[in-house]
Amino acid sequence: MKGTKYWTWHMAAGLVLLFLLGLHMLIMHTGGFARWFAPHGDAADSPVNSLFRDSKLFFTVTYVLMLVAALYHGFYGLRTMLLELTLKPVTEKTITVVLLIVGLGLCGLGTWAALTAHAIALAGARG
Amino acid sequence: MPEISNSPRTINFRVRRYNPETVSVPRWQIYEVPVHKGMTVLEGLHYIKDHLDSTLAWRYSCRMGTCGSCGMLLNGRPSLACNTQVLDIAEENLTVAPLPNFVIIRDLVPDLCSMFEKHSFVRPYILRANEEEINDPTGEFYQSPEQLENYVQFAFCIKCGCCMAACPTLATDARYLGPMPLTAGQRYNADTRDEGRRERNLLTGAPAGVFRCHYAGECSHVCPKGVDPAKALQLLKRHLVLDYLGLGGRTIPPEKLQGPGQGERQADVPVAPKKTVEPGHN
Amino acid sequence: MGEARRFENRLGLGGWLGGGRWGVERYAYILHRITGLGILLYFVLHIVVTSLRAKGIYLWAENGPLHNTLSKAGEFLVFAAFAYHASNGIRLILVELGFAVGKPIDPVYPYQSSLNVQRPLLIAMMILALIFLAAGGYTALAK
Repeated sequence: MKGTKYWTWHMAAGLVLLFLLGLHMLIMHTGGFARWFAPHGDAADSPVNSLFRDSKLFFTVTYVLMLVAALYHGFYGLRTMLLELTLKPVTEKTITVVLLIVGLGLCGLGTWAALTAHAIALAGARG
Repeated sequence: MPEISNSPRTINFRVRRYNPETVSVPRWQIYEVPVHKGMTVLEGLHYIKDHLDSTLAWRYSCRMGTCGSCGMLLNGRPSLACNTQVLDIAEENLTVAPLPNFVIIRDLVPDLCSMFEKHSFVRPYILRANEEEINDPTGEFYQSPEQLENYVQFAFCIKCGCCMAACPTLATDARYLGPMPLTAGQRYNADTRDEGRRERNLLTGAPAGVFRCHYAGECSHVCPKGVDPAKALQLLKRHLVLDYLGLGGRTIPPEKLQGPGQGERQADVPVAPKKTVEPGHN
Repeated sequence: MGEARRFENRLGLGGWLGGGRWGVERYAYILHRITGLGILLYFVLHIVVTSLRAKGIYLWAENGPLHNTLSKAGEFLVFAAFAYHASNGIRLILVELGFAVGKPIDPVYPYQSSLNVQRPLLIAMMILALIFLAAGGYTALAK
């Protein structure tokens, strides 16, 4: 049932991403809606607006959630495509391990960045 | 579609030839075949063998779309040669090639053993905990028309291999079970007489199992018997996920009838006539 | 007599693109894979670039090195890929969990398959993708 387990989580991650990435796209690409999440000036991705969002726990948590979901969904999809090429079992195992390591590494990097940025933003907010 | 003329015309049959004893790679050979309205590709191949080239080899049997022997690639689409009229798909040129994604034995003859091995792998037969009941039945399992309709579509499969040839995953993945075996798995999972769903889940939910299907839909597109393997595979995925989440539900055991005269007669079914011969008499 | 030679007739990667006379769903499947790969590639770079904000580096800010036409065009392409991948993904979640494929039937010629049943959903999702694309294009041009 391992295949079923990984695929079910792939679908669940896709559903989670639909909402979180959709929200992310709305924030980054639409001015009016973004006012709630980008109160300083027009550009939602300006450093000051980025810092504003980084200071909110809601964003730190959702960034990490989005990171985990997107990495799992994306790397599982890539692994599926690669494993359909009738490779030797050793090669398949290597691909799985490499993708796992790279995925965990990127997850670690992104989580560290989100937490650090949150701390910096809070420290900056306190003055 | 424009009206097809009744007068005979010549169609160029571009046939993929391969003789392992003389060549190492297949090549194309063109035959000019006189074709009349209603003539099938199979009849065209017979004409080639009878009049133009007796060395051409292909599989066929029933010539009426029920045995599944004559699956081949006709103008790029896996189809049955006996079921396809030449003038329906060709105006001047018809390309005839063996089914892709199978090893070719010779000319238009694919080696279907890999497909049959994958079919056996999913245990495509009624599985019951009580094996004695299967080997030495004491009665008949009742199945309503509604229960039959849950799987009968998938039972119409003639194992022609067209779906396997059309599947994009099988184009690169030799280990993928494929639409035909997985449809057979779903056919038995959905059969109320079967108790082997959880056992079959381990086989169909395996790494090279149903989750290599991504609903490209080509299998249902080319199936000559309307089996709709794509639908069977998605229903199979659904049940695998429900079973994984513990929402699968128990199989309701079918009612066993101990002989004729039992079961509820529907109102519109007439009563059987009286017996004219008693059992035991000559 | 020794083992006869056979010819491996597998289509290979070309078979992902064509093998049974293209149905619309096959196009959708190919595009889903291509957009997925594109988004993944962008995403990996995106994680690295945005993680630099923890060091106070905002490469994407106005007048920054990533604020050029090529980057903006690439970003729009990624947005387009996301619009398609997400819309088609909704369809796939529904279909692959058996919701939009219809019930098993007794097949009668001319055969109708699950492809016919889910076709309206496919069209609806493509329209949704175009709406997202238009919205994204409008905001990109407005900037």
